[in-house]
Amino acid sequence: MTASLPPIASFTGAIEFIFSEQTSNVTGGKKVGGFEQAVELTLKQLEVTALALALALVVALPLGLYLGHRGRGEVVLVGLANAGRALPELALIALVAALIGIGLVPVTIALAVLGIPPIVSNAYVGVRQVDPAAVDAARGMGMSEMAIIRKVELPLAISTVMGGVRSATIAIVATATIAPLAGVVTLGDFIINASIYGEDGRLAGAILVALLALFLEGALALLQRRLTSDGLKVKTA
Amino acid sequence: MISPVLFAAGGEVGGDFFRERTSDTLPCQAQTDQPFCFDWARENIDRFGTPTVQHLELVVISVMIGFALAFALALLAHRNTWLRTPLLAATGILYTIPSIAFFFLLLPVTGIGKDTAIVALAAYTLQIIYRNTMLGLENVPSSAKEAARGMGYTDRQILWRVELPLAVPEIVAGLRVAIVSTVAIATLAVFIGGGGLGTQIYGGGNLTFPTSVFIALAIVVLMAMAFHIALLVAQRFLTPWRKARVA
Repeated sequence: MTASLPPIASFTGAIEFIFSEQTSNVTGGKKVGGFEQAVELTLKQLEVTALALALALVVALPLGLYLGHRGRGEVVLVGLANAGRALPELALIALVAALIGIGLVPVTIALAVLGIPPIVSNAYVGVRQVDPAAVDAARGMGMSEMAIIRKVELPLAISTVMGGVRSATIAIVATATIAPLAGVVTLGDFIINASIYGEDGRLAGAILVALLALFLEGALALLQRRLTSDGLKVKTA
Repeated sequence: MISPVLFAAGGEVGGDFFRERTSDTLPCQAQTDQPFCFDWARENIDRFGTPTVQHLELVVISVMIGFALAFALALLAHRNTWLRTPLLAATGILYTIPSIAFFFLLLPVTGIGKDTAIVALAAYTLQIIYRNTMLGLENVPSSAKEAARGMGYTDRQILWRVELPLAVPEIVAGLRVAIVSTVAIATLAVFIGGGGLGTQIYGGGNLTFPTSVFIALAIVVLMAMAFHIALLVAQRFLTPWRKARVA
């Protein structure tokens, strides 16, 4: 019974940290934590995640759809997907901070780089898996190649495409946690600068980051359901 | 900005990084416009030995645990269909929680050090391996199972002699993705005092200078490639009846 007490006590302290300000151990009794700061850092993390995801989508989605449509570049994309997975986010943030600089713009670019490989490769795979008969039918109806991509291939490939977007989002929001190392003060600040926020703050940061990631994943899963056409739902259900 | 807690947690590698660096500063270290300092790299390459071994240890142990668990869960769900969706959701939650948050959620229970890192990294791999194993088992043609049943195989024999061998490509593909991702994510173990190559990127509460980051990055990428190739070769040996499919 006593053995399980310390973990519970730590979690109680962390919850308290989220909702009410505490006096920091350092920096001359400055107040840290509290609901306002928790919301502020959560919004910052959401902001940098959204910006990076948007940038990754703008670059990766058209590229993946186009390459899938043309059936080109598979070897390069497989390599890119593997390289993307092998890229350590800590090193990426460190190099961006050292060589490009700190702040919102370099961090957004670094996070977008992490999001691009899963989006490109999933868009490619999704489009390749579309029944060629559907594409031929669309072409026979006189649709332009652009219209085929937008109105036939993308809707039919949506679950695979969204799978890539979800992987990208998870990678980006996770890495946004270490963004304070490059000058963007996200929820990760509670975790990384534990000397300022204390152990309660660190655990509070971990809880908030985990909840934020789960929230985003849930929201994207809902979005995916909304984007999937009813005809496809009947088939899979 | 230097956190005493993380400084202690970061291990000796991060700690003496700055001490040595200030004691004998090489000319090219002072030149900030030069991204890579070859003189430093030549003199300090030994310092990457221990972190590399620690990193390997983190990856191998956590992926082994993750594989054993996920494989067992997949076999369980294969037999009990109702378990499939709840297990997919549960492993999905573990996969979604960012590793660095997971480390500190576990901290009150497992404490500072590599154990916490291993638990979090293993939890991360579950979803990838579970999903691919299930996919592999589902993709086994029913004709192969029926033929085995016609030959008098029991359910257990069908699983181990027909279904699992035919699912090897998907299972190994899952293992490959899991291990390559873990090699990269294990750099974050530095935050929980788990050692590894992350100590050469983020030491003593600060980011290290680019040369060190580049070397650590190169070792991580080479390690990931080595695992990737080793598993492709293993797959070829495990499925002698087909050519290894590149996925």
